[in-house]
Amino acid sequence: MNNDSQGVMGWLNYMQDHAGYLLSLTWGHLVMVFCGLGLALLVGIPLGVVCAKNEKLAPWILTTANIIQVLPSLALLALVMIMLGLGFKTIVFSLFLYSLLPIIRNTYVGLKEVDAGVNEAGKGVGMSAWQLLFKVQLPLSLPFLMAGLRLAAVIAIGVATLAPLIGGEGLGREIYAGLNLRNNLKIYAGAIPAALLAILADIVLGKLQDKLKQGRRQAKV
Amino acid sequence: MIQFEDVKKTYEDGREVLKSVNLDIQAGEITVLIGPSGCGKTTTMKLINRLIAPSAGQIRIDGQDIAKSDPVGLRRKIGYVIQNIGLFPHMTIAKNVGVVPRLLKWDRAATDRRVDELLSLVGLDSEIYRSRYPSELSGGQQQRIGVIRALAADPDIILMDEPFSALDPISREQLQNELIRLQQELRKTIVFVTHDMDEAIKLGDTIVLMKDGNIVQTGRPEQILRHPANDFVKSFIGKKRLANEHQPDELPIVDEVMVEHPATASPTRGLAEAVKMMEKRRVDSLLIVDKNNRLQGSVSIYRVLDQYGEESKTVADVMKPVEHVVQTGTSLSAALQIMSEHQLSNLAVVREDRQFVGLITRGTVVSHMAGMYASERPGESDHVAV
Ligand SMILES: Nc1ncnc2c1ncn2[C@@H]1O[C@H](COP(=O)(O)OP(=O)(O)OP(=O)(O)O)[C@@H](O)[C@H]1O
Ligand SMILES: [Mg+2]
Repeated sequence: MNNDSQGVMGWLNYMQDHAGYLLSLTWGHLVMVFCGLGLALLVGIPLGVVCAKNEKLAPWILTTANIIQVLPSLALLALVMIMLGLGFKTIVFSLFLYSLLPIIRNTYVGLKEVDAGVNEAGKGVGMSAWQLLFKVQLPLSLPFLMAGLRLAAVIAIGVATLAPLIGGEGLGREIYAGLNLRNNLKIYAGAIPAALLAILADIVLGKLQDKLKQGRRQAKV
Repeated sequence: MIQFEDVKKTYEDGREVLKSVNLDIQAGEITVLIGPSGCGKTTTMKLINRLIAPSAGQIRIDGQDIAKSDPVGLRRKIGYVIQNIGLFPHMTIAKNVGVVPRLLKWDRAATDRRVDELLSLVGLDSEIYRSRYPSELSGGQQQRIGVIRALAADPDIILMDEPFSALDPISREQLQNELIRLQQELRKTIVFVTHDMDEAIKLGDTIVLMKDGNIVQTGRPEQILRHPANDFVKSFIGKKRLANEHQPDELPIVDEVMVEHPATASPTRGLAEAVKMMEKRRVDSLLIVDKNNRLQGSVSIYRVLDQYGEESKTVADVMKPVEHVVQTGTSLSAALQIMSEHQLSNLAVVREDRQFVGLITRGTVVSHMAGMYASERPGESDHVAV
């Protein structure tokens, strides 16, 4: 409350004064999110493909990812911390786990949604199973995958604010500093950019998703 | 030549979908598989490019057992037009048509050239269509693309599964004619599935009639029409065609020959609408009928274009009265006489109360006569544009 009198102007001043520091926190935040998402894509897409190709394995993989997803974020962080200790790799690994479900599930759904006729045409013109996957099925499921990535990104940006609790970097640091010092300016200086990042990611990835959908509309008879 | 020897197909659920099929498909011919839905036409076709494996028996192409060939390589050598078009929605038309050449690693220039050539073959301007996506084409155009995609790598064998089924009668007729024209040049071995007997007779060098996983009769269209093997074949051919086969001397009445849904418009239509309708139906005149379906007059494209500048005019303002009509039940010969006497290109058929029921055109007459007196090659009569 002690800072409220300063209002928006005060906050802007604070932001300006600490721009360099805040930018470096934002950058750290983004690096964690990118690493987590990158790992999740690297692992999630192949797992999604496995699910689509193997109906027996699909429920196991999806259920596991689902359980990870419903764990409260603090509990997950704590569990990972027990395994990996404090630091950057712990937070990245947690973000990776958190992003896994949307990516696996959307890859899986996207592949399942590919029209049976299109699959058959691919086989019929003489594509091998890999060619069919890379030239037809994956490109066609890209809008779905993008939707998954969008969801994962928004979640990850949020979860990453918890990073300081386990020795990580990012905008969360400013938020916790603010909480400890009872300094609202600091809290806003961390929370507002984090929220903006999430909104921005949502908009940008949403745009990308729309773009992918164009020209990929299902051929109608 | 493609040979089926004692081929059986039983699915996992135990259903015997093909029961000992023996069939020789001649090279350079169109062989039409026809039969009711679910009789096993698609199954038979997919056995040829190994999309389905037989449960028993052998299939040979030029004497080679296909079970010993590499399925992917085999499929690249066989053109395939699938039942529901199956264009790749994320690829442009050029990419779709060139997919097999690219799989075969043709160089780019050769593929591009081939794509342009094929597009012009089916009357699509490659400047316009190359870079479009399938969803930006009409159903008829998509089916054309489906057909030329199968032709792209110049395969000797082409499988076509109901390629024209989703089309309106006019585009369908057009594509059939295009196929006949192409085949005269290319002489491919074509296996063509349909359940439309008219299409089978028009296109087939050989017709294979199937029922419940068996082949009921195989033969030239003429043979099948003249000597149907049993009642099933007879019923499939239909009474009308059989009657025509047996009594060619009895002259038909106009009702049998007329087009039943010619292009009509109501009197209140504007001129631009009229032009659009003519374009769509590919006709050069429209018959004008009121809401009780009474014939009011006719307009030709020339009259419409003549007055096109006047936006407030409707077709009622430019139509000419129809001077000559015939009533239902009139014999065709009487109708023909009227047509030749007055130099008419078509003649409306009406009921007593002047309710409009159909139209006789020169084209319909010719194809009807040709159908009745069908001789060696039933395909020939159908080049007449209606
Ligand atoms: N994968 C499958 N598993 C089990 N049964 C199948 C399978 N595919 C097709 N069938 C059955 O085999 C029979 C023949 O099918 P097919 O597709 O060859 O028929 P069709 O003659 O092409 O029919 P249509 O004219 O409707 O296309 C049908 O009864 C169908 O239900
Ligand atoms: Mg079929």
